[in-house]
Amino acid sequence: MPVISFEHVSKVYPLPAGDVVALDAVDIAIEAGEFILVMGPSGSGKSTLLNIMGSLDVPTSGEVTIAGNRISGMDDDDLTLLRRDHIGFVFQQFNLIPLLSVVENVEYPLILKARQNGSRERAEEVLEAVGIAETHFSHKPGELSGGQQQRVAIARALANDPDFLLCDEPTGNLDSKTGTAIMDLLDRMNREEGKTVVMVTHDPRMTEYADRTIRLVDGRVA
Amino acid sequence: MTFFDLARRNVSRHWLRSVLAVIGIVIGVIAIATLGIMGNSIGLMFGDMVTDVGDTLVVSPATGVGGGKLTERQVDDITRAVGSNLVIPFASTADKISVGEKEGGAMLYAIPAGDMPSLLEVESGAYPRDTGAGCLIGSQLAANGRENGLKLGARVRIGDETLRVVGVLEERGMGFDINPDYAIVVPYSWYSSHYDEDGYDQVIVKVRDVNDLDAVKESIEQRMNRREDVVTVMDTRGILESVFAATDSITVFLMGIGAVSLIVAGVSILNVMLMSVTERIKEIGVLRSIGTRRSEVMRMFIYEALFLGLAGAVIGGALSFCAGYVVTAVFVGNADYLFDPTSLLYIVFGMAFGVITSVASGLYPAWKAAQLNPIQALRHE
Repeated sequence: MPVISFEHVSKVYPLPAGDVVALDAVDIAIEAGEFILVMGPSGSGKSTLLNIMGSLDVPTSGEVTIAGNRISGMDDDDLTLLRRDHIGFVFQQFNLIPLLSVVENVEYPLILKARQNGSRERAEEVLEAVGIAETHFSHKPGELSGGQQQRVAIARALANDPDFLLCDEPTGNLDSKTGTAIMDLLDRMNREEGKTVVMVTHDPRMTEYADRTIRLVDGRVA
Repeated sequence: MTFFDLARRNVSRHWLRSVLAVIGIVIGVIAIATLGIMGNSIGLMFGDMVTDVGDTLVVSPATGVGGGKLTERQVDDITRAVGSNLVIPFASTADKISVGEKEGGAMLYAIPAGDMPSLLEVESGAYPRDTGAGCLIGSQLAANGRENGLKLGARVRIGDETLRVVGVLEERGMGFDINPDYAIVVPYSWYSSHYDEDGYDQVIVKVRDVNDLDAVKESIEQRMNRREDVVTVMDTRGILESVFAATDSITVFLMGIGAVSLIVAGVSILNVMLMSVTERIKEIGVLRSIGTRRSEVMRMFIYEALFLGLAGAVIGGALSFCAGYVVTAVFVGNADYLFDPTSLLYIVFGMAFGVITSVASGLYPAWKAAQLNPIQALRHE
């Protein structure tokens, strides 16, 4: 069974000037363990696709199944729990919580799920796996380099052992060398850990990491 | 690390803003608690001043009846009407007195010598007798003995007669019947012959069982006012109740003034929290996207308001104690009133009101934060 399944999915934004069709009858199936790139020009519907895959948004029509859960009819709490338990987000701007230390940022989703403390060991384990030295665990995100922050963000995404990682231009804010290191890390997670990775990018060089590329043009899969 | 911990860190992130918001709550708590303590202390002071415990009826001649005096026969009627309860008639007047070379004026109460022990406590000396020329002096007159010359054994000249002070009364406080602290108490027999009077100004009825008060009052009125209103019967319990209701109203009014400052503090918390939400829109988007539920976001912000409220309440409570001490000592004249449980309760009340105001002020910002759309929040710069 696919980890992510879109069946004839459309998303229409009603605007005063007329409806805007962001996704138009999209059919996608992503199997476990795949490394998928989503590419397309601006306004092609990449962000909408990513939002629906991340259960941050729901389609206007069609059927979306995430990790075996149909999202139609789900309320806000159900969608939130789906994100918490099955999806790991990696953002372009890292989006770490500045108040929390490195290890606390990774521990946060674990606490959300377990509803108690005591997840520190798992957080440290994931941080080590993404290459963050123990000496940085107690640092605040602002004290780390961009590449290190993105590694911490990947560790946070992996903490709850999600079914897939949803990456929105994860190297967009990094220099090419650091970007390559981050891509190597995601590649390793995909090949060695079997993590499904879905990544939105503009960078055609990333295709070498991907099993396949979904190209969107005007809300349709090209 | 929990939501509570996260809230605490958020509060300390903008410590100056948080401190200013807390100061608002502190002022509000102090205002409510201190003004409440002041109102309550006024009530307690009044309670201490009046001696009546609500077991007394005061019977007076109705206006314009019998020249404003009660006759011996009317007193007998009242005695019959009240059964086994104690009846103490008295007359009063003000007159010039002199002690040695010192002259002045004083209030005189004339009470049958036999009834004096039922109404008055002698601190030193003895009660006068009906047949003798002795008198009692009030505690405050005795306290000012140096100025007025009044003391145990002193000779007081009233008109052309001289009375000897045979006893000094214990302090009695203000009463609805008689106020002997600044007065001289003489036997009614002496008064009657000295002033050539044979009527009484009022009759005090001490009711043994407070529950019988209404029945005794009705009995007197039925017997005395059958055809016309001959007497009026004053129920001290009723007067006390209305006086205490009035002091309660004063307390509520004063606390209302304090509450205004706390409401202003609440608006300040609301403002601080709204600013906090606006500044953290993106952060809220991240929290929501990684699995934080709306209720959890809301809880985090309410905890922040709770923190501000608790800090304000604790500091305000401690300072209220100090301010309450000053207020009771300076304005009411007795700091002991602060330590009365009913006064201390106002500190607890002020603290509770501070926390409630703070949390209530945080509700709307918390709700607003929880309702943010995670996609739009993530896009926020």
